[in-house]
Amino acid sequence: MSAPQKITYREALREALRAALAADPRVFLMGEDVGRYGGCYAVSKGLLAEFGEARIRDTPLSESAFTGAGIGAALGGLRPIVEIMTVNFSLLALDQILNNAATLRHMSGGQVSVPLVIRMATGAGRQLAAQHSHSLEGWYAHIPGIKVVAPATVTDARHMLAAALADPDPVIVFEHVMLYNAEGELEPVDAVPLTGAAVRRPGNDLTLITYGGSLPKVLTAAEQLAADGIEAEVVDLRCLRPLDDATIMASAGKTRRAVIVDEGWRSGSFAAEISARIVEQAFYDLDAPPARVCSAEVPIPYAKHLEDAALPQVTDIVAAARGVLGRG
Amino acid sequence: MALPDQDTALALLRQMLRIRRFEDRCAQLYSAGKIRGFLHLYNGEEAIAAGIIPLLDAKDAILATYREHGHALARGVDMGAVMAEMYGKQEGCSRGRGGSMHLFDAGTRFYGGNAIVAGALPLAVGLALADKLQNRAHVSVCFFGEGAAAEGEFHESLNLAALWQLPVLFVCENNLYAMGTALVRSEAETDIHLKARSYGLHSAAVDGMDLLAVREAATVAIGHVRAGNGPYLLECHTYRFRAHSMFDSQLYRDKAEVAQWQARDPIDLYERELLNLGLIEAGSRAALEAEVEAEVEAAVAFAEAGTWEPVEQLTRDVYTQPAA
Ligand SMILES: Cc1ncc(C[n+]2csc(CCOP(=O)(O)OP(=O)(O)O)c2C)c(N)n1
Repeated sequence: MSAPQKITYREALREALRAALAADPRVFLMGEDVGRYGGCYAVSKGLLAEFGEARIRDTPLSESAFTGAGIGAALGGLRPIVEIMTVNFSLLALDQILNNAATLRHMSGGQVSVPLVIRMATGAGRQLAAQHSHSLEGWYAHIPGIKVVAPATVTDARHMLAAALADPDPVIVFEHVMLYNAEGELEPVDAVPLTGAAVRRPGNDLTLITYGGSLPKVLTAAEQLAADGIEAEVVDLRCLRPLDDATIMASAGKTRRAVIVDEGWRSGSFAAEISARIVEQAFYDLDAPPARVCSAEVPIPYAKHLEDAALPQVTDIVAAARGVLGRG
Repeated sequence: MALPDQDTALALLRQMLRIRRFEDRCAQLYSAGKIRGFLHLYNGEEAIAAGIIPLLDAKDAILATYREHGHALARGVDMGAVMAEMYGKQEGCSRGRGGSMHLFDAGTRFYGGNAIVAGALPLAVGLALADKLQNRAHVSVCFFGEGAAAEGEFHESLNLAALWQLPVLFVCENNLYAMGTALVRSEAETDIHLKARSYGLHSAAVDGMDLLAVREAATVAIGHVRAGNGPYLLECHTYRFRAHSMFDSQLYRDKAEVAQWQARDPIDLYERELLNLGLIEAGSRAALEAEVEAEVEAAVAFAEAGTWEPVEQLTRDVYTQPAA
């Protein structure tokens, strides 16, 4: 195993794609601008030259057809990776994702499975306004039949794709747009499982639960709390479906306080699901009601100050943490 | 075009009768409360499935809509398993999870049974892509109604299939009505095969009531696709004799129109043609009818004897492996 190296999240994903394409001739990448352009977030840059047009396939602007074609190709024995530019555009493919990818196995009485990986960018923070900034991974996590993951670190970004490709069922990988440039240490591991949350920071005073693009903010908040003598345990969910109840309850049961940070809107949010589960399963261990830090109930605005105000911020997380500790 | 030999000619007549009698029986069983849910019958359209599917190889893939009993039977999905699926029994071809609209049989590469209009077209494109990338000379055939031509997925899929020159045969079963909406009330261009041309697909239209014409057109279409010349769209002009589903009083079309089409019943037309050609004798059909009736009754008995899946197994087959 090599020593830890620093790479960007984008490079980690590219490495993951390259390794997957090299390892298995059934793997191919398809999506809008993944080839000549190099990927709209430059994740697939260079892969066309390396693997050729058959395996790095530029598609027309036809989200529903190329996502459905990915499902068909998976049925036909390939291991497609479909890239959808952002979660906002995935709504045009929702029929295929929900009515076919997630459903075919059950509806056929277990005769077929759909080993498909769909990657999509999610989240706000780049002043791209409402139609490019939403976080809908909680909606997808609502759907039985698919798995939903959100790697937050370079190590997870590097390895979860391989696990997703090895999985016989459809997996959606959410990549937060603010993470692509983030640098981190690539830990010397061989594999990261698709299931199971990770404790990113140990602590005894409260649990901060998050995933994906909010993890860096939550870790910063935990640092600030530590400076005040509050030790927050940080749980990174990593996988939104299936959800790792055991890690969540072990942590919330230990610290007796939980704050959930989610870039989705508060009403009907994924954070609401986590909160409900904690109340259902760990109520008698709690010293305070679980708190949520979510996005404001507006389409994400363009103007920087408004966008910032709409999103969960470090100060909001710190304030919520102090709130559940009775130290607001 | 060579006529089918005597055995094939009879087999095709038998196939249409199997579909017709199976579905007539389904309608009775529906009234008797044995079959529930939506039930969409294919009466009047049998010449399409029977004309095309027997021309395919075992490795070719087939996809269809919710009106797919005929396609499944023509493909060789066991009639008992199809009937048990109608009943919702675990001996059904989809373990009772799919019902009438979601017949699946991986063994015969029958990939559904899709109840979303146009939902199977992208899947066919993907199956064809998998064949092309793996150098297999298979054809993926997707059957759908003319209503699908108004959906975006139809247009996206035709474009993608033509752009990548994929081995897909799109078969539009144009029965003139999408539920109660006549084609002229929903489409500016009512020749569906012409739409395909605008995407660079080869296409043709054929009389879907005439089995031999369908078979001839399909031979050309399948040959074109299998030879690596890219996708093809075949539009079959047809008519459904029954209502859209069992909950349809058919106020949108008049009886004279239905009667006019019924006068061209594809089974009767074909029988007459075979008699004229001397390929069958006067009593041939009656003998086939008796055989078919026995097969249908055996399927009903199989379904009746089937068992209900224990409810403890409700969540099986959501994932390949149970979630951790
Ligand atoms: C996307 C979608 N929209 C609407 C429906 C409801 N629906 C079911 S069948 C049908 C008519 C489809 O007509 P056509 O495609 O011509 O096929 P046919 O029933 O005539 O075989 C409609 C509107 C549906 N199942 N899927």
